[in-house]
Amino acid sequence: MAARPQGELSHPTAADTAADTAADTAADAVVSAVGIVRRFGDAVVLDGVDLRIRRGEVVALLGASGSGKSTLLRVLAGLDSEADGEVSTNGRTAVVFQEHRLLPWKRVAGNIALGLRGPGVPQRTAAALAEVGLADRGRAWPSELSGGQAQRVALARALVREPDFLLLDEPFAALDALNRLRMQALFFRLRGEHDFAALLVTHDVNEALLLADRTLVLEDGRIAEDNPVTLPHPRAQDDPGFGALRRHLLTRLRVPTSPDQS
Amino acid sequence: MTSTQVRAPQAEAGRTRPPRGSRRPGSTRWRRIITPLLIVALWEGASRAGILPPEKLSAPSDVLAAGWRLAADGTLWRHLLDSLTRAVIGLAIGGGLGLALGSVAGLLRLGDDLVDPPVQMARMLPHLGLVPLLLIWVGIGEPLKISLVALGAFFPIYLNTYSGIRNIDERLVEAARTCGLSAPARLFHVVLPGALPSLFLGLRLAFGAGWLSLVVGEQVNAQSGLGFMMMEAREFAQTDVVVLGLLIYAMLGLLSDLALRTAEGRALAWRRGLKAS
Repeated sequence: MAARPQGELSHPTAADTAADTAADTAADAVVSAVGIVRRFGDAVVLDGVDLRIRRGEVVALLGASGSGKSTLLRVLAGLDSEADGEVSTNGRTAVVFQEHRLLPWKRVAGNIALGLRGPGVPQRTAAALAEVGLADRGRAWPSELSGGQAQRVALARALVREPDFLLLDEPFAALDALNRLRMQALFFRLRGEHDFAALLVTHDVNEALLLADRTLVLEDGRIAEDNPVTLPHPRAQDDPGFGALRRHLLTRLRVPTSPDQS
Repeated sequence: MTSTQVRAPQAEAGRTRPPRGSRRPGSTRWRRIITPLLIVALWEGASRAGILPPEKLSAPSDVLAAGWRLAADGTLWRHLLDSLTRAVIGLAIGGGLGLALGSVAGLLRLGDDLVDPPVQMARMLPHLGLVPLLLIWVGIGEPLKISLVALGAFFPIYLNTYSGIRNIDERLVEAARTCGLSAPARLFHVVLPGALPSLFLGLRLAFGAGWLSLVVGEQVNAQSGLGFMMMEAREFAQTDVVVLGLLIYAMLGLLSDLALRTAEGRALAWRRGLKAS
């Protein structure tokens, strides 16, 4: 149990959690959050969010823009010290942001190795770079990379930490459509190899349905909908059942399901 | 649209000369030395012809001869060493204080509230105007020269340290946090390298201000140093030594700037990629 000191958020120990909830589910969760409230001035962005993500589970978090998706991710990542509620994480976490956020003064390998300790750091770094298909770019400066490459490095920087729980904040949103498809495929492959749990914040309903085991819809500061995605892998947008789920989610997000409909 | 219309501009583009930038940059650089050489030659000629009287301005050859003479008898090196000692001590004191206070004000909210207002107020004082007060406080000896250099160096270093730290992208600090970096590690891996370009700028400005303060300080009642050498020569109307002093000041400034830029180029190699893109 990794407890971070964090404002008014309390981080119960494993024993506390076990007392509160059934012991089997507590051991099974990489993150559980209860009653998360976050206010910005008078605006209540998160109004009592409860969330639990099981080991190895990929959860997509959808919501209209400004619904607090990123705010919730920041709370779960321990980056928000002013939220109320209870978050407990179990195992290592890593974050991938919408922007790559690589340090421009460190070479690619140095960025991936940031904060790593122990033996074999160069080997682990090289392995992570190879996994995202950039084995030969370790000596490059981040400014020499394309947007897609930089985001791959950001993914490698998260993976090299061998996370049990990966938080991704619209990680592919800034990429062009083709790169986005490549990154989604890469994400799916890496997830199969590393078996991490993930919270994927996205505004892309297709992305959510292609990658996630479960979709959450954040609305009015609460989780308004929590649905499993039971489509078999490998998934494609023309699979039977995909369209129905997509229409349902778009309607839930109050988006027209086709341009003809407005 | 017909195919001929499409092809026409291409044919024209093929005929145009290659752009100017494609020429090798080294090939015309020699032209830049023409005017300086011409000016020196004119100066020398005017002195030889008697148009420039030596008691107003010595010929360049006389300046070189004076330099040779003073270097040979050791006078020049003694004065130069005294000046350099003052510059180094003053820069170390002023720069060190500027770095320390700038870091405190840039990193800590309390430091910002307590340190920045008085510094911003003092910044408005022209520090060379403090000479009368400094004369009363520390006298006419070495402390006066060193204080002036330190004052000149302090403000550029303070201001650029402060702004360098303040302008660091908060999102990078946050990303470093998610990589598990402790606060000291974030300072070392994120804040320091992020503030380094600004620190180098401050250092270059401090060197400039430091030399200027030294010139002023050494011309106020000094017993040694380049400024003293020049003031002493003025009394005997030795304009060759006065011009020599000026040349040496200029060369010191040039050399320190060159050294700093070389160090900057090495420390900030990562920015080369940024400039190219």
